[in-house]
Amino acid sequence: MSLILFTEQMLNGLQFGVMLFLMAAGLTLIFGVMGLINLAHGSLYMVGAFAAAWVAGASGSFLLALMASLAAAAAAGALIELTVIRRLYARDHLDQVLATFALILIFSEGTRWAFGSFPLFLDIPPLLSGPVTLPGGIEYPLYRLTIILVGLTVAAALFALIARTRIGIQIRAGESDREMIAALGVNISALYTLVFALGAALAGLAGALIGAIQSVQVGMGEPVLILAFVVIVIGGIGSIKGALVGAILVGLTDTLGRILLPAFFSQFMAPQAANSVGSSLASMAIYILMAVVLVVRPGGLFGKA
Amino acid sequence: MRREPLLNGAVFLGLLALVLWAWAVDEPFTITLATRVAILALAGVGLNLALGLGGLVSLGHAVFFGIGGYAMGILASHAQSYSPLIEWPVLIEGTKSMPVIWLVAMSASGLAALAIGALSLRTSGVYFIMITLAFGQMFYYFAISWPAYGGEDGLSIYVRNGFPGLNTLDPIQFFAICYVILGLALWLFSRLSRSAFGLALGAARQNAERVMAVGIAPYRLRLVAFTLSGVITGLAGALFADLNRFVSPTMFSWQTSGEIMVFVILGGVARLFGPVIGAAVFILLEHMLGGLSEFWHIYLGAVLLGVVLFARGGIIGLIAGREVHHD
Amino acid sequence: MTSPLLDIRGISKSFGAIKASEDVSLTLECGEIHALIGPNGAGKSTLIKQIAGNLEPDSGRIRFDGHDVTALDTVARARAGLGRTFQISSLAMEMSVLQNAVLGALGRRGRVMRFFRDVMRDAALLEVAREALDEVGLGAVAGTRVADLSHGQRRQLEVAVALTQSPKAFLMDEPMAGLGGEGTARLTVFLDRLRHRAPILLVEHDMDAVFALADRISVLVYGRIIATGTPEAIRRDPQVREAYLGDEALS
Repeated sequence: MSLILFTEQMLNGLQFGVMLFLMAAGLTLIFGVMGLINLAHGSLYMVGAFAAAWVAGASGSFLLALMASLAAAAAAGALIELTVIRRLYARDHLDQVLATFALILIFSEGTRWAFGSFPLFLDIPPLLSGPVTLPGGIEYPLYRLTIILVGLTVAAALFALIARTRIGIQIRAGESDREMIAALGVNISALYTLVFALGAALAGLAGALIGAIQSVQVGMGEPVLILAFVVIVIGGIGSIKGALVGAILVGLTDTLGRILLPAFFSQFMAPQAANSVGSSLASMAIYILMAVVLVVRPGGLFGKA
Repeated sequence: MRREPLLNGAVFLGLLALVLWAWAVDEPFTITLATRVAILALAGVGLNLALGLGGLVSLGHAVFFGIGGYAMGILASHAQSYSPLIEWPVLIEGTKSMPVIWLVAMSASGLAALAIGALSLRTSGVYFIMITLAFGQMFYYFAISWPAYGGEDGLSIYVRNGFPGLNTLDPIQFFAICYVILGLALWLFSRLSRSAFGLALGAARQNAERVMAVGIAPYRLRLVAFTLSGVITGLAGALFADLNRFVSPTMFSWQTSGEIMVFVILGGVARLFGPVIGAAVFILLEHMLGGLSEFWHIYLGAVLLGVVLFARGGIIGLIAGREVHHD
Repeated sequence: MTSPLLDIRGISKSFGAIKASEDVSLTLECGEIHALIGPNGAGKSTLIKQIAGNLEPDSGRIRFDGHDVTALDTVARARAGLGRTFQISSLAMEMSVLQNAVLGALGRRGRVMRFFRDVMRDAALLEVAREALDEVGLGAVAGTRVADLSHGQRRQLEVAVALTQSPKAFLMDEPMAGLGGEGTARLTVFLDRLRHRAPILLVEHDMDAVFALADRISVLVYGRIIATGTPEAIRRDPQVREAYLGDEALS
């Protein structure tokens, strides 16, 4: 395999990883602060994508579309937090799983009812379409490069938010000692709504950014949600750093596995068989990675226990 | 406090009575619906063993359901094309015999449950939920990307598999098979829940520290429960595939895992007949609401949300009271 | 002289810079009640966790009944004959009192992987369970769900479950906590007799009970044992008075 192809796939893996991070960061934050497992996080990703596609279709502006995705997902997040999610904080994980599973059903069918079953398309804005030439003569789509940059910027901003700001201090306090922050006079329920909406906005942003590469359709969120769970298991729950490292590991493993494994098996197998064995194994690669992490460090790479 | 056994008996006999009525007035579709209820209830009984007795919130039971389904699909497809499964080192042929298929389905799903359980039971709580969900997705993508058995399109079987002495193509005879198996599984569940194993497993669910302090290791209990649970759900998968004469990766999907869990919860978690009542209500809702609106999943979501937030004992809890008492 | 049943030698445990246990040595002889006392934050719970097997010491050895159990977990130590009661009642709350006791008897008997026979009709297990319940005075509430018991009854059930284990030694973490005067008095009488069946390592805050019961007392302060001796000796020990009792006289 040529170095150029390899670099290109590395960048694809990084782009995929960065997207997974936007999902996983919200999930892990919500779990860390509120102790809640949210299966409906994939629905918020879908809400972001649909809002972006709809606004882009109506206004023609990609920037407006991105802002709409953030706003819509945050609003949907705040709405379900206020109506349903906050009744679940004191419940066990089973109740949380079931109630958020019910929310998936409602969101998915509601979206199908509003937009129909056919996928929508969100176009890459002209300014960002086409390839750029990177150092070394590698041509790479500008839009995907932009996603990587946006994702890394969001990651940096999130780290800064948690390390430096008042809200960040409250979030960290909320993770370690709930009663303590109540005693400090922080309005916990407002903080929870805020954290939930923040996580939702990140998911919505990811949905909108990916919506321009893939089609926007009902059910697009759950596969990404499950990958984000794999990321969290690998990175360690509650850790933003773990989410970042885990996301990039998963992104790279998945993307490179799809290229390298068929190539590897074609060394000693017939091309068609090599392709089918290779691609089947590649589809399992990240789960095998997860299994290995579980054996070596059951609490994840950056987990507390 | 004796309402629950009465309710259970009424439900079990009610299902039979419904089918006999449908048979008398020649309504084969109703018999097929009832067969669906029995099979899905069986899958739920499997999950209830892990979830209800063991407290193991598995969102990956579609794995076992799917393995059971594919065990049937693979064996039967080789039999119908007269091509052996494996020629070397030993010759293994396909089969159209239900008992053999069941045995293979149960062994394969049991092995998968043992492997997945051994890994995921090293963790607990949300980790366990996320990991079982992830392994389910792994099997789903594997089934899609493995071209030999239909890939994304699945596998069709032209004629239902056979059972010695019965005509399985006759809806009521196939129902009878599923009904008897469901009855056996319920009997097994009720024995298990009262056995030494069941006592220790239930105690480990409520308080693992206590169980360890009396010298019993929870990990082994849970692994056995998870494996048995996988075996039962796998058998249900094989029957489900035979009912539809079709298997596809959908059997492995996270929605399938979620739906099996919904049966258990709607009916009442840890209750003997929880999955039976849950599956019956689910099929009934699907049938009624599905006729009312194309988007019946919205209503299903609303019902589920209502049960979780306001009626935590499920339907049995509403009718027979919250607690399960033993003497 | 025979070797002690429980022999803890020089165990240390640190969490970061905090030394929770520092070179702790402690023995439990047959037939005795050895009380472990110390102010809050002295490291009693860390020490108990190491003895019970929840926590592995950084250094030092623990021998129990002639075997080195340092590397064994709680399950293995329970099977080796260490009967434990918890500071905060740790029971299967949704089960009946009798079921909790049967669970204890089952742990003692082993053969847990029995899938078909009704465990609540197993005469051998029931006999052990009922006997233990009768001993602590819970025979009349055997059918009650643990969640419906009073606090004091749960404390009694903790002891009863430990009894079903017929352990070689008891490790009791504040069994008197929250019992009230009458309950404490009854349990004191009970433990006084129990020591002849199996020795008790008793961690307790109730000083009246400790001084009434203990054959020996060890005082733990800042992770170290500053004194071990008879109640009389401990009462007089100037170091103990200074470090632990302050100016309060115990007499």
